[in-house]
Amino acid sequence: MAEKKKLFMQGNEACAEGALYAGCRFYAGYPITPSTEIAEYLSRTLPRVGGKFIQMEDEIASISAIAGASLAGLKSMTATSGPGFSLKQEGLGYACMAEIPCVIVDVMRGGPSTGYPTGPSQSDVMQAKWGTHGDHPVIAVTPAYVQEILHETVRAFNLSEKYRTPVLILFDEIVGHMREPVMLPEEGELEVIDREKPTCPPEEYLPYDAGYEIPPLAAFGEGYRFHVTGLNHKDDGFPTNDPEMIQEGIKRIIRKIDNNKEDIWKNEEHYIDGAEVVVFAYGSTARSAKYAVRELRKKGVKAGLLRALTLWPFPDEALKDACQKARAVVVPELNLGQIVYEVERLVDCHVEGIYRVDGEPINPMQIMEAMEKYS
Amino acid sequence: MSTAAAVKKPKISVPFDYSKYLRKGKLPHIWCPGCGHGIVLKSLLRAIEKSGLSKDDICMVSGIGCSSRTPGYVDFNTLHTLHGRALSYATGVKLAKPEMKVIVVTGDGDALAIGGNHFIHTCRRNIDMTILVYSNAIYGMTGGQFSPTTPSGSYSTTSRYGNIEPVFDCCELAKASGATFVARGTAYHVQELERIILESLKHKGTSVVEILDSCPVYYGRLNKMKSASQMMELIEKNGTVSVKQVDKLPPEKVQGKLLRGILHKEDRPEYCEEYQKLIDRVSGK
Ligand SMILES: Cc1ncc(C[n+]2csc(CCOP(=O)(O)OP(=O)(O)O)c2C)c(N)n1
Ligand code: SF4
Repeated sequence: MAEKKKLFMQGNEACAEGALYAGCRFYAGYPITPSTEIAEYLSRTLPRVGGKFIQMEDEIASISAIAGASLAGLKSMTATSGPGFSLKQEGLGYACMAEIPCVIVDVMRGGPSTGYPTGPSQSDVMQAKWGTHGDHPVIAVTPAYVQEILHETVRAFNLSEKYRTPVLILFDEIVGHMREPVMLPEEGELEVIDREKPTCPPEEYLPYDAGYEIPPLAAFGEGYRFHVTGLNHKDDGFPTNDPEMIQEGIKRIIRKIDNNKEDIWKNEEHYIDGAEVVVFAYGSTARSAKYAVRELRKKGVKAGLLRALTLWPFPDEALKDACQKARAVVVPELNLGQIVYEVERLVDCHVEGIYRVDGEPINPMQIMEAMEKYS
Repeated sequence: MSTAAAVKKPKISVPFDYSKYLRKGKLPHIWCPGCGHGIVLKSLLRAIEKSGLSKDDICMVSGIGCSSRTPGYVDFNTLHTLHGRALSYATGVKLAKPEMKVIVVTGDGDALAIGGNHFIHTCRRNIDMTILVYSNAIYGMTGGQFSPTTPSGSYSTTSRYGNIEPVFDCCELAKASGATFVARGTAYHVQELERIILESLKHKGTSVVEILDSCPVYYGRLNKMKSASQMMELIEKNGTVSVKQVDKLPPEKVQGKLLRGILHKEDRPEYCEEYQKLIDRVSGK
């Protein structure tokens, strides 16, 4: 067997490598710190594999272009940061509504507004969930290590292809710019999922056929001549004013995610069995949390970590399980308290948030101090 | 253009059978009686028939507005997108499948106001697509607010005392931005429009056709035009001069009028072809 390729690379580059591995062949974006390296890397690598990179005039154009390319059959991605993520919201809603697989990366930086372009943040996690108007499904993955960014990018593409929906990858400036050793997976090593295409005759094709949990998606130009709209639509893709169909259509796009949470969820547990004080963390903050838990265990504190790699849909079950014996759960976030409310909603024990928006990471000491209070 | 080589000259039977291109089950359309959009669609369908393009090879993309509802009625690959963003979706489709013929149907508000940035950059790239701007000088769908092509002094529901803003000249804008085919037609001169659209379909690169169109329900009513046909007469008599006649007419007959016909045509490298060359150069490296 050939030696595995081990490289020293940045989180943003690992994201680009993950996209290529997953079969991404179209990228449209607009430069923004701290995500720009993803675009730079793909502008170089995509054409080498016959893919296309285009630098659009803004982020709205970018998300629109990837939706168009995806409908024409290519796996597509865009990447941005806070201000650009705000601009993409309408296009994100369109992709949810029209059920267009695509991947959107948000390398989070300090906000609001232009904020702190080179500072890390986790303040877009609620925007990821509620940023676009209307009820809609959301899948968001939150890797914390450079190697993991590569793997989670592949998983994001797989989920988007499988569930015919946009998938968000949220990480922050810290891991986006951090360099760590990365093993490039060999061909066939990781599962790569492609969207299901219709096999029926074109005259019978219904792009939103409610008979399927996830209706197969034809590509433009392959004989199916279907219609796509952001208006509430029937199973044939054409607009409807029928109240029942409107409601059922929206419920279906939410149900397809709700019914498959077990498949979409992914968590890491660390000393969680019997933990008396739990830290619930995601992204780079979880790295400090892991360190804190290890140190506390050395001191005899029954501390445990639950780390979400899928933040949306929210890991309700895992969190409830993890907190069964807990006196308290600590939630460190690089914002002023967003996910902490999800946690409060679900657990009976005490909940304490640790927040930071000064552009510095949350360090293990802060987490240890908070957790020790409940030991 | 590969399709240009394939252009046959089929005899168009009279009356022309539009049903071949329409999704009959999706009719009647939403357009008001007297609206110009349907007239434009008929010219477009006749041009498509003459172009020899197959229905499977056409992707029609639109934004939001009355005009942007067109894709729902025609039997192509059709994509009704967001207000102003049609050209960006179309860019994605075209780059993913360069062999497809992409036709964008957009309103004056859709293309030149909210979509203005995408409009100029699409023209600049010279990506192969035909952009039909249904220019009715008003926001029809939202009930008659002024648009970037509403003439100064005209009335709309948001310019009750007369519009104080100057207009965009869509064709000048397209040309200055880099579109390699720029033309203007009207919903009155339907045969000429058909010829212009056919030429735009044959062109390789970004082609923009501004189509002077009418919204009798809002623009007409608010500006004291009695009927849809009166609006059409105005387009005919006062609005425009053909580029073919302009040199023969005295200056006073040309002044203040918009030119009709093909206003600009040039050959410049097309974006998808250039991208393919780039792929050929670097692939495998
Ligand atoms: C982001 C956004 N802003 C505003 C609207 C409301 N809106 C719908 S259509 C339209 C104007 C359409 O005018 P035009 O493009 O000229 O087309 P027409 O209806 O006249 O054919 C507006 C403002 C919208 N749908 N989306
Ligand atoms: S509102 Fe105006 S533009 Fe819209 S369909 Fe009616 S007449 Fe046409």
